Amino acid sequence: MNAGALWVEVIVAVLLVVSGLVVLVSAVGFARLPDFFLRMHPPALAFTLGSWCVALAAALYFSFLEKRAALHPLLIPLLLAITVPVTTVLLARVSLFRGRTSGRGNVPPSLARPGAPERESERESERETN
Amino acid sequence: MSAILSFAITFALGCYAIASILVLLRLIRGPRAQDRVFALDLLYFHAILVVMVTGIRHQSDHYFEIALVIALFGFVSTLAMAKFILRGEVIE
Repeated sequence: MNAGALWVEVIVAVLLVVSGLVVLVSAVGFARLPDFFLRMHPPALAFTLGSWCVALAAALYFSFLEKRAALHPLLIPLLLAITVPVTTVLLARVSLFRGRTSGRGNVPPSLARPGAPERESERESERETN
Repeated sequence: MSAILSFAITFALGCYAIASILVLLRLIRGPRAQDRVFALDLLYFHAILVVMVTGIRHQSDHYFEIALVIALFGFVSTLAMAKFILRGEVIE
């Protein structure tokens, strides 16, 4: 094995170790924080830095192995960058809505019209009247 | 493959395993349904990482496609479950 191969493997190894540590830290935060809205924050670390590190390591390693630019592993973090905000925002809205309707969860009231019914329930009643 | 890369792969896989156990604890304990849905989403994500790192270890390109399929399934299932606990139906 020549010196170039060793350097590529060292860079790939460092990226993998960083991603493992980042994912571990985010999972500890997810398991330990007391509230759902607080718990939504640490996984963002893993979704961005963790996935990019693994994808860069895979792209570098496969580019080196196949002697061509193998950039397809970068599709994974790109896909995650599109899908994760959708699910995260939807889950945050779910948590807000469920906290408001059940009265648990210590969520603030809706800013739209104080004292007005929640928009989801309005739509619900509209649908029933239609 | 040198010893340092082999060690790094083992270390990363061990980190993902411990992280998955922590997320699994939240999945079991989670006080509300949205905690469980989010924990399941994180488990899908850890599965993607494990598959990609296993692809590096076996020096095979095919693992990448498995990871892509897991990512798509994770997105659709999380979306469906979030919609279900929001409205009680997935498609109205």
